[in-house]
Amino acid sequence: MEMVKLTIDNKQVEVPRGTTIYKAAKLVGVEIPVLCYMDLKDLNIEHKPGGCRVCVVEVEGRRNLAPSCSTEVTEGMVVKTHSIRVLNARRTVLELLLSDHPKECLTCAKSGNCDLQNMAIKMGIREIHNEDIAEMSTYRMDTSPAIIRDLNKCIMCRRCETMCNDFQTVGALSAINRGFMSVVAPAFEMDLEDSVCTYCGQCVAVCPTGALTEVDHTRQLIRDLANPSKTVIVQTAPAVRAALGEMFDLPAGTLVTGKMVAALRRLGFKYVFDTDFSADLTIMEEGTELLDRLSRHLSGDKNVKLPILTSCCPGWVNFFESQFIDMLEIPSTARSPQQMFGSIAKTYFADKISVKRKDLVVVSIMPCLAKKYECTRDEFKVDGNPDVDYSVSTRELAHLIKQANIEFHSLPEEEFDNPLGESTGAGVIFGATGGVIEAAVRTAYELFTKKKLEKVDFMELRGMDGIREATIDFNGLPVKIGIAHGLGNARKLLEDIRSGKSSYHAIEIMACPGGCIGGGGQPLHHGNIEILKQRTAAIYREDASKPIRKSHENPYIVKLYEEFLGKPMSEKSHKLLHTHYVDKSKKIIYI
Amino acid sequence: MSRIKVELKKKDVDTIREICKSFDNQPGELINVLHKTQHTFGYLPAEVQEVVAKELSVPVAKVYGVVTFYSFFSMIPKGKHPISICTGTACYVRGAENVLAEFKKTLKIEVGETTADGKFSISCLRCVGACGLAPVVMVGEKTYGRVSPEMVKDILKEYDE
Amino acid sequence: MADYKIHLLVCGGTGCKSSESQILAEHLRNEIGNQGLKDYAQVVGTGCFGFCEKGPIVKIIPDNTFYTQVKPEDAKEIVEEHIVKGRKVSRLLYKDPKTEKIITDSKGMEFYKKQVRIALRNCGVIDPENIEEYIARDGYSALGKVLTSMTPEETIEIIKKSGLRGRGGAGFPTGLKWEITRQSPGKEKYVVCNADEGDPGAFMDRSILEGDPHSVIEAMAINGFCTGASNGLVYIRAEYPLAIDRLKNAIDQARHYGLLGEKIFGTDFCFDITLRYGAGAFVCGEETALIHSMEGGRGEPTMKPPFPSVKGYLGKPTNVNNVETFASVPVIINKGFEWYSSIGTEKSKGTKVFALAGKVNNVGLIEVPMGITLREVIFEIGGGIKNGKKFKGVQIGGPSGGCLTHKHLDVPIDYESLVAAGAMMGSGGMIIMDEDDCMVDVAKYFLDFTVDESCGKCTPCRVGNKRMHELLVNITKGNGTKDDIDRLMNLGNVIRDTSLCMLGQSAPNPVLSIIDNFREEYEAHIAEKKCPSGVCKALMIYEIVPENCVGCTACARACPVGAITGERKEIHRIDPSLCIKCGACMDRCKFNAVIVN
Repeated sequence: MEMVKLTIDNKQVEVPRGTTIYKAAKLVGVEIPVLCYMDLKDLNIEHKPGGCRVCVVEVEGRRNLAPSCSTEVTEGMVVKTHSIRVLNARRTVLELLLSDHPKECLTCAKSGNCDLQNMAIKMGIREIHNEDIAEMSTYRMDTSPAIIRDLNKCIMCRRCETMCNDFQTVGALSAINRGFMSVVAPAFEMDLEDSVCTYCGQCVAVCPTGALTEVDHTRQLIRDLANPSKTVIVQTAPAVRAALGEMFDLPAGTLVTGKMVAALRRLGFKYVFDTDFSADLTIMEEGTELLDRLSRHLSGDKNVKLPILTSCCPGWVNFFESQFIDMLEIPSTARSPQQMFGSIAKTYFADKISVKRKDLVVVSIMPCLAKKYECTRDEFKVDGNPDVDYSVSTRELAHLIKQANIEFHSLPEEEFDNPLGESTGAGVIFGATGGVIEAAVRTAYELFTKKKLEKVDFMELRGMDGIREATIDFNGLPVKIGIAHGLGNARKLLEDIRSGKSSYHAIEIMACPGGCIGGGGQPLHHGNIEILKQRTAAIYREDASKPIRKSHENPYIVKLYEEFLGKPMSEKSHKLLHTHYVDKSKKIIYI
Repeated sequence: MSRIKVELKKKDVDTIREICKSFDNQPGELINVLHKTQHTFGYLPAEVQEVVAKELSVPVAKVYGVVTFYSFFSMIPKGKHPISICTGTACYVRGAENVLAEFKKTLKIEVGETTADGKFSISCLRCVGACGLAPVVMVGEKTYGRVSPEMVKDILKEYDE
Repeated sequence: MADYKIHLLVCGGTGCKSSESQILAEHLRNEIGNQGLKDYAQVVGTGCFGFCEKGPIVKIIPDNTFYTQVKPEDAKEIVEEHIVKGRKVSRLLYKDPKTEKIITDSKGMEFYKKQVRIALRNCGVIDPENIEEYIARDGYSALGKVLTSMTPEETIEIIKKSGLRGRGGAGFPTGLKWEITRQSPGKEKYVVCNADEGDPGAFMDRSILEGDPHSVIEAMAINGFCTGASNGLVYIRAEYPLAIDRLKNAIDQARHYGLLGEKIFGTDFCFDITLRYGAGAFVCGEETALIHSMEGGRGEPTMKPPFPSVKGYLGKPTNVNNVETFASVPVIINKGFEWYSSIGTEKSKGTKVFALAGKVNNVGLIEVPMGITLREVIFEIGGGIKNGKKFKGVQIGGPSGGCLTHKHLDVPIDYESLVAAGAMMGSGGMIIMDEDDCMVDVAKYFLDFTVDESCGKCTPCRVGNKRMHELLVNITKGNGTKDDIDRLMNLGNVIRDTSLCMLGQSAPNPVLSIIDNFREEYEAHIAEKKCPSGVCKALMIYEIVPENCVGCTACARACPVGAITGERKEIHRIDPSLCIKCGACMDRCKFNAVIVN
């Protein structure tokens, strides 16, 4: 590799040709501030539009300042990152951004977690010149079931546009207009709800300001918890425990399962349950469906559709419902763990504790924003009453804990309640990409081969590559498995299926990078993808620590089938645990 | 944004499809397709953009992003007699501003708008290249040179039916 | 052209066409027919003569008679008198505004004397719709020479030695650009002609495409041969219907003659050209934005490097040159680099086309050798300031350029000198301002343009220029404060220093150069709340001169807001707090009693 020598702030550094000034500076401990820049290494997304101009530096002999995020080093280059010229420019540019930004920091959802605010603090901005005559670019506020767009706070970093188009290939967002009025929006500035948005929330996850935030359900939750006529129960998704600690300054990857349970109990939930339980239930249903389709396929049934696709991820469901409507038959009909939980809670469990459906409030804590939308779907309501009343993100839970004056660090480790709190290691790995299919394999293998699976860790199914594949030997039958995380990767697999090129038997798809651990409702990673890897490691640690690691061995699941459901894919299961998909593509209507 | 709802007829959809097809449904031809479509329909309502997006396999948000980027594309139908006032430098220093103001005052519409009867619309152009005739106004294809505010009424009168 | 004894060249450029020059040509043809002179005289529709001020133009060859402002009804007289009887129609001849002398031969016109027409060599000379006429003037001989007797390297060497630099504004050495594109690895390469001329008040490229489209086609083919590209694209403004038609027609003709397409001149070289249309975005004149636009996207510039020569259209090496640059290429090949580089200054060779506009007598399109002074251009070629007013400033380079003043009149026009003086060559807009123009207003006008045309991608251009514009608006309203000039200068310098593309980087130039050269005008607006030129409406005060007022009440009746009071036959008064400065009273008063301060 050809190396280039240069000087940054009087420090010598040697880096490979092609390195940017920004990255070279990092190597010598110079952290140049960036705003629009985002390097999601393992996702192959390096967003460097060079738009914000905050990262400019002075390069000797160059006419103007250079954006360090997108300027490559050259031999002998002499760079100054904090000369008077640079500082004045950076400060002025930042002030310009602030001059077109609402001064609502005190009440902004992003306050304290806002890259723009942090930058203003760092640069010590104390006034904005000529504010009285400065026009603001203003746009209509847009509230969807999951995401709020307050584009007055948009600084045109365009990270959301990159996530929505390049990574997710959803195409809901694009830069529109020109000049001062340019902004990122759906077509015709329609509501997000009317667009092809999947609510994956990756736009929210990367937004540096309060322009994109989640719909907040915490006030509703506080009200319900205070209502004596309601029984409020909670389920927590697997990925939450691997990330919640970050909101309390614990290192990424710290598992806080026990403290989380304790906190929820102190918040006033009557029962603290686990979505991992219903993840196990999902495996029973989805695994059975897989085996059913597989054996019919093996026996020569031409009508059977393979591969089977997982259906736990609501962002992914929204994606194929609007963009792959010719393939609505392929995904598993199994509901997501969140919805299976709600359905069982409001029937089986409600009966058990003798609470009427309407008095039982089921709340979910999710790493996800699409889950907020998912609980509003009509398919998941009985007489207008939703199976899951609403979903709260990991971030919102942390805010609630703080509001309730709970000192998180000193909480004891507590256990989930039963019966819907017991889970296996298979349930917890749902939180990471490849986990659902690994859990399914653990169960399907034993059900299919009628043999005990000795080694439950399928390392070949794990990892951060966007598309992975593995062949698992089902006692002589090679079962081909595909995995994709990120909807752009999913699109590739789907297009292969559409064109008949796909040879997989089963495919797991998660909308978010890394699976649920990288969901749109998780603590913000601020572009640091290492955090996702640490969360993943935590998930697998939890799995390894579980005494039972196969879903079908969960005693409470066994009991649930005995007492209530009968067997997987029974009529009752179908009614309560399965769903159907609808065509959400926008049809071109003409008369 | 407020926008006009348009009901497309099947033959309109077919026309758009033909246009897209004439460019091999290539996403890279989006701007050429929009030019031709606008030429056919006079403007580019949302419904038309939806069809173009679908035919070229481009997200409709992107099509809208392109339409709103270029001043040549319009989502509002122009008047039967579109009035374009050149505001290039030569025309500006020779009083185009006042001519524009007079048109706005007389027709009671702003730049980018169309009169209620659909007869006139006003837009601004950046230099039509007839700087010797500054200030220049175009009504449809016809060019008027050395226009003064006093001439506005007479120009409009030419289009009385 | 050999068969005819007399040629009547009628300008068919957009300016003259707007003044019915086509009908005029029709009438001339009919009259010639009526006189039975069809085999003797021929009417030729040409491209722009450049002298747009006095269009439509009719020039008669061989005696170079130059008729100006000719109307269709003059056709009969021209044919009967001049063609039949050999008597010039003196009332249509050009009269020198300074000497009041009638000029019978266009060579004697000040407007043409100092011009050297290279890029415009065929404009106003040949029929742009007839390839034969282009060929008759050595057209396509450069392409033939290059294809049959030269290597790409030799050709590039000639362009390099000629000293030709990009005429689109930045002045990058053309030969070097060609060489980089040639050396960039890749099988598929592109030649792009940038015809997205967007400077308000500039129409050089349009005139060349309208008047001599083949010169651009020929040069693009030469470039294709040199760089290894077989596809050419012209990115042209959709607002140029005539140029588009002529170019399309020329491309068809060239194909028909085997000058485009497969195996040109019997060699293995294949080259063809297609058109792409701009859609009204000034920023697309920036080459990376232009490429994104050609690819069907928003015309937003991207960081350079990579330069288009390395990674351009569809990610392939792409040579982007503007119309005027291309138009100069065939002559350089034919006449040699020594000839071309003998014209101009040490670092700026050859000629530059300018669109001369504003308060100058001879508005039009001119081509001058590099090194000529502003004084020569404005006062000799341009014929001085209109209506005997005083010269105040000249904006060179359009909204990206700077405004120069008296003290710069002897600055030679070349890339380096203009930059040193605080302006830039730009694409060739040259707007002359006189004493009636308010320089703060001019700065505001140009900034208004860039704010409107900013793509919105980078902060300094998107927000910064907007903020500068607001400050200027505030100043012209009389609300400026003493810190405003410093604030403008800081903002301007930061925008220059940090914007992503040339549009943003150069946007503050008019404002900054006007602060440099006309600071006192800013100060008058800010400190005295006065607009010395009387342009900024908000700073005007309408008053009635008591001595002149007869109390006719006409002004009071004309006032739309009732700001004027006074009984019949008594002196009237204007209440400044109510006055909206519409000027209606002044228009109405027959006694010059209303004045503006």
